[in-house]
Amino acid sequence: MNLREESQERPGDQDYEELSQFHTDIESEKAPKGLSEDVIRFISAKKNEPEWMLEWRLDAYHRWLTMDEPGWARVSYPKIDFDEIYFYAAPKGFDEGPNTIDDVDPELLKTYEKLGIPLREQELLAGVKNSKIAVDAVFDSVSVVTTFREELAKAGVIFCPISEAIIEHPELVKKYMTSVVPVSDNYYSALNCAVFTDGSFVYIPEGVRCPMELSTYFRINELNTGQFERTLIIAEKGSYVSYLEGCTAPQRDENQLHAAVVELITMEDAEIKYSTVQNWYPGDENGKGGIYNFVTKRADCRGDNSKVMWTQVETGSAITWKYPSCILRGNGSQGEFYSIAVSNGAQQVDSGTKMLHLGKNTSSRIISKGISAGRSQNTYRGQVSAHRKSTDARNFTQCDSLLIGNECGAHTVPYIEAKNSSAQFEHEATTSRISEDQLFYCLQRGIPEEEAIALIVNGFVKEVIQELPMEFAVEAQKLIGISLEGSVG
Amino acid sequence: MMLEIKNLHVKIVEDETEIIRGLDLSIKAGEVAAIMGPNGSGKSTLSYVLAGRDKYEVTEGSVTFNGENILDMSPDERAVSGIFLAFQYPMEIPGVATMNFLKAAMNSQRKARGQAELLTPEFIRLVKQSAGDLGVSMDILKRALNVGFSGGEKKRAEILQMALLEPNLCILDETDSGLDIDALKIVAEGVNALRDKDRAFLVITHYQRLLEYIVPDTVHVLYDGRIIQSGDKELALHLEKNGYADVIASAA
Repeated sequence: MNLREESQERPGDQDYEELSQFHTDIESEKAPKGLSEDVIRFISAKKNEPEWMLEWRLDAYHRWLTMDEPGWARVSYPKIDFDEIYFYAAPKGFDEGPNTIDDVDPELLKTYEKLGIPLREQELLAGVKNSKIAVDAVFDSVSVVTTFREELAKAGVIFCPISEAIIEHPELVKKYMTSVVPVSDNYYSALNCAVFTDGSFVYIPEGVRCPMELSTYFRINELNTGQFERTLIIAEKGSYVSYLEGCTAPQRDENQLHAAVVELITMEDAEIKYSTVQNWYPGDENGKGGIYNFVTKRADCRGDNSKVMWTQVETGSAITWKYPSCILRGNGSQGEFYSIAVSNGAQQVDSGTKMLHLGKNTSSRIISKGISAGRSQNTYRGQVSAHRKSTDARNFTQCDSLLIGNECGAHTVPYIEAKNSSAQFEHEATTSRISEDQLFYCLQRGIPEEEAIALIVNGFVKEVIQELPMEFAVEAQKLIGISLEGSVG
Repeated sequence: MMLEIKNLHVKIVEDETEIIRGLDLSIKAGEVAAIMGPNGSGKSTLSYVLAGRDKYEVTEGSVTFNGENILDMSPDERAVSGIFLAFQYPMEIPGVATMNFLKAAMNSQRKARGQAELLTPEFIRLVKQSAGDLGVSMDILKRALNVGFSGGEKKRAEILQMALLEPNLCILDETDSGLDIDALKIVAEGVNALRDKDRAFLVITHYQRLLEYIVPDTVHVLYDGRIIQSGDKELALHLEKNGYADVIASAA
């Protein structure tokens, strides 16, 4: 990688010839279709990035060109035509939003209503333009962001968009970005490096317990931009942070492909909790449309006795390909993975985790709950390994699948590899079906079928829900109910 | 009549076996009717058919509840209309606290009837009161419904649900099975406390023992899918003493 630090030129100063062919497009806030060096230059220019970042992106792009799409996951989809994708589109401003709440897709509003989101926030989320309420709400949320940033700054915590961090904190970004997920780790991570447009940057200084849970909720407008998000969280020695990712309402996106990269780094005695609720558009019941969610999330427990906990509730996306992992490098480090993956309709999920035990006395815990309904396919794929020098590594894995109906599938693919004989790895797996007896019992008490299923499913996933931060837990339960609507009958 | 069953014929959907073959039965509001019969006579099938289990198909006859045909209603609609079935084998719902299940059931029924949902303090008050009457501990209410409950705890939890849902027609399917005498007494007391001029009971049992504690107004003998004899509580005592043989013989 060529990191030219001295070059801090703004794109306006750059060789205009190079960009001239995109001149009109720059004005139009949208890069042309497909991926090329020029498109990458365009994105980098849009983000006012320093030269080193552009070089870094171009380097990733060239590596990506030499790589092949992975084919090992249990998902099938037509080959992605990368020439047909817009890799950069500016966020929809208020000018482009619907005029009043009446112009908003009623399906979207119905979902908001079910989630119990107040009208005021519904307008905000849907980006209604001519609403006094919405405008107020926007100002509200801006002020929320400001006060909350001040409080974080007092604690020395940095929490900002990654594009801002590249400009304001280049030394941290250069030191840590790609140190957990290398550029050419996989096809999609390389692609992400070349074209990422947004994401979060979090830095928790030594000994600081982050005074609040960090949530992308506050950055919801900024979030709309990114189909290729890049997030980097660094927890210095003895620090702690809880980070919530996701949306309280469906994020609608015309783009098909999402390829995010998330890197977490914990130093000695530090802890990161990373919670996700993902409900991207899953496509219709025939499998038309929907998001391809190809995500690389990895944590490096670099310091001794450090800890990372991944919690995820995945209900959306047409295809999910996601394995939040932990490299347990520090002695005594711990990794935990709690997952709920719900699939309905024609959704395909191939998700799980990797726990790579490198240090001594490292431990990991995996609780995965997969729920398949409709004609969906839901695969848990997980790897647990102990390096030969990793003495006394321990893992407990519990993998439960619940089937609703007769046309769906649940699959469990564990890879367990212990190169040190002192490792203790346990794996438990169950597959069950919502029994007609259970369902009839609930109905007989007057609980309608869909609510009965949601009740039984929420019972099934309780162990994971308990691990979610309070406000997420309530939303996650509602979301699971909504996702399974129409799964029987 | 609160419940009126006329010439009911029922078969199992899966293998077409006919289980109920021309059953007639009427129950008035305030009445406690007992259905007795040997194993395989169709007692449990009758309770499932009334509750709307889709494993069974009604091929002939009618069932009206408070004048309304219930055969086209879904199980949850029947529940909302006031039919409650205390199961012989109550189902386990892992991960769902009994308390949460009770609340879901009560509020679903209230919602379906256009009533406001119960607020938590009111709900807790109602549950505490009924649970106290039935000797159900608060500890049990925090546990997942029926998971790891003893036989007695399960049956008491059924009666607790019945008390809270305040149905018009309570069907008790072999509620005495698996209960020792002390548990039986508690359950019977719970049932008796709910006896009311506007509420009817259909008590399905194999043995007369339960009827010593829940004294019925009428007793019907079910055999081979039909009511072959009806009478008052003396009939139950007669059956206890002489078995089903002579009743069956005289009906043949």
